[in-house]
Amino acid sequence: MSAEPISGAEIVIRALVDQGVDVVFGYPGGAVLPIYDALFKQNALRHILVRQEGGAVHAAEGYARSTGRVGVVLVTSGPGATNAVTGLTDALMDSVPIVCLTGQVPTHLIGNDAFQEADTTGITRPCTKHNYLVKDVRDLSRMIHEAFYVAKSGRPGPVVIDLPKDVLFAPGPYSRPEDARHKSYRPQTIPEAARIAQAIDMIAAAKRPLFYGGGGLINSGTEACAGFTELVRLCDAPCTLTLMGLGAFPAGDPHFLGMVGMHGTYEANLAMHDCDLLIAVGARFDDRVTGRLNAFSPGSKKIHIDIDPSSINKNVRVDLPIVGDVGQAVSALLAAWPRGKPAQDRNGWWRRIEEWRARDCLRYDRSGRGVIKPQYAIERLFALTRERDVYVTTEVGQHQMWAAQFFKFDKPHHWMTSGGLGTMGYGLPAAIGVQIAHPDALVVDIAGEASILMNIQEMSTASQYRLPVKIFILNNQYMGMVRQWQELLHGGRYSESYTAALPDFVKLAEAFGANGRRVETAAEIDDAIRWMLTTPGAVILDVAVDPKENCFPMIPSGAAHNEMLLGPQDEAERPVSEEGMVLV
Amino acid sequence: MMGAGMDGLERHAIAVLVDNEPGILARVVGLFSGRGYNIESLTVAEVDRRNSLSRITIVTTGTRMIIEQIKAQLSRLVPVHKVLDLTDEGPFVEREMMLIKVAGQGEVRIEALRLADIFRARVVDSTIGSFVFELTGSAEKLNAFIALMEPLGLVEISRTGSVAISRGAASL
Repeated sequence: MSAEPISGAEIVIRALVDQGVDVVFGYPGGAVLPIYDALFKQNALRHILVRQEGGAVHAAEGYARSTGRVGVVLVTSGPGATNAVTGLTDALMDSVPIVCLTGQVPTHLIGNDAFQEADTTGITRPCTKHNYLVKDVRDLSRMIHEAFYVAKSGRPGPVVIDLPKDVLFAPGPYSRPEDARHKSYRPQTIPEAARIAQAIDMIAAAKRPLFYGGGGLINSGTEACAGFTELVRLCDAPCTLTLMGLGAFPAGDPHFLGMVGMHGTYEANLAMHDCDLLIAVGARFDDRVTGRLNAFSPGSKKIHIDIDPSSINKNVRVDLPIVGDVGQAVSALLAAWPRGKPAQDRNGWWRRIEEWRARDCLRYDRSGRGVIKPQYAIERLFALTRERDVYVTTEVGQHQMWAAQFFKFDKPHHWMTSGGLGTMGYGLPAAIGVQIAHPDALVVDIAGEASILMNIQEMSTASQYRLPVKIFILNNQYMGMVRQWQELLHGGRYSESYTAALPDFVKLAEAFGANGRRVETAAEIDDAIRWMLTTPGAVILDVAVDPKENCFPMIPSGAAHNEMLLGPQDEAERPVSEEGMVLV
Repeated sequence: MMGAGMDGLERHAIAVLVDNEPGILARVVGLFSGRGYNIESLTVAEVDRRNSLSRITIVTTGTRMIIEQIKAQLSRLVPVHKVLDLTDEGPFVEREMMLIKVAGQGEVRIEALRLADIFRARVVDSTIGSFVFELTGSAEKLNAFIALMEPLGLVEISRTGSVAISRGAASL
């Protein structure tokens, strides 16, 4: 306890600094003015002013996911808090540690429908891991420290602290983080030894094993990913990753089969269907991964390692649940692995996988002269940035899936995308957060022309802080994924998925004080990408791509892994089932 | 009807020890409504004043997989200290209290009183034309009493929902 009482706002600043926070993403307003005043008087915390609160949360997500630290957001009451809700939900779905401070009307006005009042704790209860309403300044520092502990321990997630304005003015005692210990919240991190031993036996006995890694590996950290990589190689088993897990295992390694799921590779999905042992590590059997549940990996035993017990047996019944931090579990498996013991003969399994690989499922039509295929644009972007430390963020839609398929990640924390919630408009603010955390790195937002418009105002933020984020728009003039589904499921009636009045993105970039260029032919794409990479400051490269291109392979909704569509021919032959129609 | 989707439905009484803090009940109820789980009954009251702990008793139905999910999801809530599935853990006692108002004159009034005696219901309020009975027991017993009171001038019912505790010396 510090002897001298300080104001609530000063407590907030001190608590953040003591938590190791160096940057806060926010937007001021009436209820948080005392905090902004306290921010003004100090130098330890940097504040990044976004242009809309939703952008602040996504920026904090980008910051958090590229560093492994907690991202911090500061917004005002009422609309400030409600604008943050999408970002909070996004962070909850993708398990991103966020602490979001929201202003609130003074305690005596709560419930009176005061100006800019919203029931923030009520609204954010289902979209946060936990939330607090601080009614007494004496609870303030403890609650902030607790919020950081809750946000980053166990399965990470967003935590909201709602701060009534009178509490921010009130003098109170400050207590340090060491003094705060949560009464009851203690997630299990160390896996049970007996289960590790059982897992070893199952892996050793498997003829057709498959590792299936997810975002939990990234959250567990670089060491966990390195351990996972070692384990996969040691077992000489194939490995696939979810959208959220990309980078947890090097894409260049021959054990890697590519991404799994709706737009995953043929080899990854068929391996999942045909394996005899599935080892899920920090992945949650999401419907985008499993396809039709009653046909999901029918012949396999399943091991599921996850820090969140509620993820286990939620969608798919598993044979061996292992609750704990995936990093800890992977180390335990490595330590217990019987070295020198001959493994099962898996040549047959690898032969089958090679046959699937030979289908070359990411193949696309390169015959069209001049027109830029979106896949080609990303392939070139990848090829021309290989030598750089490149962080990629995306928006949501076809471009996101193509980025996941064609941009190859060898390291964790370099791929930031909205997976669970699928939030269009995520990529630009996330890129801003990544760039703030890694000022010298190359940060590219692979975007679609529809998504980018959802948070385009953040260009202004990029300009203000001279952030050299590169916005790579695959412009097909359609909400591409919506159009693809309309083609597949709704007889090609492209209801409202065409954007008739797109802005001139070059002029738009210039209006924000950035640089822009448009490229329309395949012959020019390399030159345009090089220009983007060498032009200082924020850049928009507007890439006019083939407007009719669809994203394959695809497991249509309601279908199983072995019912993939590999291209437009399959699409015509196999209409989607009625049950599939109702699925999202 | 025992349709394919219906079989395997189980009824479970779950005790949850939580921090007695604002919003905790909303968290629990929101979890059930948000994830589409059933609540047959839910009761809550503070049970440990010194440590500010409340006990929530939830009676729910679902398949085995859903019941396991409910417990895992409850355990995940930050202010939850402990979740105990009384139905799984062994024998337990489950009770509910009801206040039931019956209005009438003459014979029916005497009959209501006689039945109340058989059910060991206590009269907690009486006027010339009415009784309020207090009755404790299993949900079935309460339902049986309600059925008997219906023709005798039943006018109003207030029930607490189930509270439950395990048998034997062990504690939550």
